[in-house]
Amino acid sequence: MHSPTETRGHASLRLLLIVTLSAAAVACGRGNEASGATAPAQVITIDGSSTVFPVIEAVAEEFQREHRGTRVTVGSSGTGGGFQKFCRGETDISNASRPIKATEIEACTKQGIEYVELPIGYDGIAIVVHPSNTWASAMTVADLKKLWEPSAQGRITRWSQIRPDWPDREIHLFGAGVDSGTFEYFTEAIAGKAGQSRGDYTSSEDDNVIVQGVSGGPDALGYFGYAYYEQNRDKLKLVAVDDGDDTNGAGAIRPSPETVANGTYRPLSRPVFVYARVSSMDRPEIRAFLDFLLDRGQPLVREVGYVALTPREQELVRRRYSERKTGSMFAGTDHAPMTLEQRLTR
Amino acid sequence: MRSRRIFEAVIERALFLCAAGSILVTAGIVLVLLWETAAFLGEVPIREFLFGTVWTPLFYDKQFGVLPLVAGTLLASAIAMAVALPAGLLIAIYLSEYAPAPIRRTVRPVLEVLAGVPTVVYGYFALQFVTPLLQQIVPGLAGFNALSPGIVMGIMILPLVSSLSEDAMRSVPTGLREGAYALGATRMQTALRVVVPAAFSGISAATVLAMSRAVGETMIVAIAAGQQPRLTLDPRVPIETMTAYIVQVSLGDTPAGTLEYRTIFAVGMLLFLSTFALNLMSNWLRGRFRQEYA
Repeated sequence: MHSPTETRGHASLRLLLIVTLSAAAVACGRGNEASGATAPAQVITIDGSSTVFPVIEAVAEEFQREHRGTRVTVGSSGTGGGFQKFCRGETDISNASRPIKATEIEACTKQGIEYVELPIGYDGIAIVVHPSNTWASAMTVADLKKLWEPSAQGRITRWSQIRPDWPDREIHLFGAGVDSGTFEYFTEAIAGKAGQSRGDYTSSEDDNVIVQGVSGGPDALGYFGYAYYEQNRDKLKLVAVDDGDDTNGAGAIRPSPETVANGTYRPLSRPVFVYARVSSMDRPEIRAFLDFLLDRGQPLVREVGYVALTPREQELVRRRYSERKTGSMFAGTDHAPMTLEQRLTR
Repeated sequence: MRSRRIFEAVIERALFLCAAGSILVTAGIVLVLLWETAAFLGEVPIREFLFGTVWTPLFYDKQFGVLPLVAGTLLASAIAMAVALPAGLLIAIYLSEYAPAPIRRTVRPVLEVLAGVPTVVYGYFALQFVTPLLQQIVPGLAGFNALSPGIVMGIMILPLVSSLSEDAMRSVPTGLREGAYALGATRMQTALRVVVPAAFSGISAATVLAMSRAVGETMIVAIAAGQQPRLTLDPRVPIETMTAYIVQVSLGDTPAGTLEYRTIFAVGMLLFLSTFALNLMSNWLRGRFRQEYA
């Protein structure tokens, strides 16, 4: 089983391969045109979030294995960069690790781009400690911010500095590597801005290192993608997280497939999406790809480290897709405490 | 006759090319290191790099003080030497002065197998076996620490110390030993007061060479010592060595040509200079203190 970051690491290599092959294919295509043969290759252009990238890239690989005539190019310009291209009409599908923003909706409307919003899974981050840790069974977002924000560097180094009744021992921190989507998301959710983190902790692109580190000592704390906890649950203990907002579940909440999916494990869980351009959906190869994604994508979602949709949600997403229901289910109600299922049925 | 001369000339050229090739590759490596390090030092003052105490080049608050990495490297190497030096010397004294020939012929190759074990195996040995074992004895030992990989690294360089020291001791002329015995010295007095001092140049050269090997060792510390650069001499907590940092950045997605990427060349340059200096010192020691016994 690959960890998400491992997959991301290989992803760039695979992307390079795809690009090279594409270039070769284009060259061949030209040659063929010159000799007046066969139709040009069908191309599906996808760009957007680097968090969603590994899922879509895995789906694209499987898809291309079965549909030889179709090329799928997947970029990872980030959610914002992806929407910029999408709303200019340059891509068929845009990956997003957050719902489309009002400004982006406006940009799309201006260009006459209509889209269908399709959730494909959840990205959740687990905070873990050593199984013998009896004190840190729950932490607030403020605790986590105090521990992980840049100004904590070299300053907050003992458990007792987070809460006075916790042991006066050094805390050993482990976390995602700076190139991972997990790092970006964690820092954004906890410190307020993506990339803002202290630097004096063991940061690794390899989730195994984090598992090893946290399971190796009683004073360790670490974070990584929730799916990775599931594979190592006997060696680690989850920390419940309290976001201080009782409207989406009171008190501290531990991550689980249920709390991640029903939106009560906040702020460290979020649905991830693909946005498909309606006009592109008239093309059979795009429909084939989206069918493939919705029918066979969920195991891949799990494999790269995310939480899959519930069967009910999957059914609702598929209905939304077949009805080509346009617009965002978040528009105007971004911060309302609603589950994805409620939004999908709205 | 003629064809033989041509053949000889061809062989000579080919051998020369092989030798020149390895020198060119070395020169190329040094050039690349120099080039990238110069670019790095163009953006980060050398004073900040060499004397700064915080190393967080990949993070929001970027600081480029290499001392935590140097401290991690020195700590792990010092632990390795604390294991390898006494044990290696005692083994060498035993093999050279005490052991009967059959034992020596068996023990030495067996010991040298230790140097042939792939370092990745040592790394996981340290992480999965030695660390849990030590945690039962040492209170507060973290899952990643300098102690366990340090000890394992000491085991790895043990044969380097023992074999080279043994060679040095065995090359001490028998006449010196016989002289000591004639003066009434015991076997131990002869070994410690005559043979070891006489072989000092060889032993110290072996020690420095082993030190250089420990400083440059990568896999063991990358696996078992952690990846947290910190300025400490506490062997129980996670640290990061220079080599482990280079591995960490090389494995990530840090884009080439950025300042973050260049840090690994600057650290690599520093590492190269330190092992190079140690090797030179080893050579110098060998020549400096060599005593001629006619």
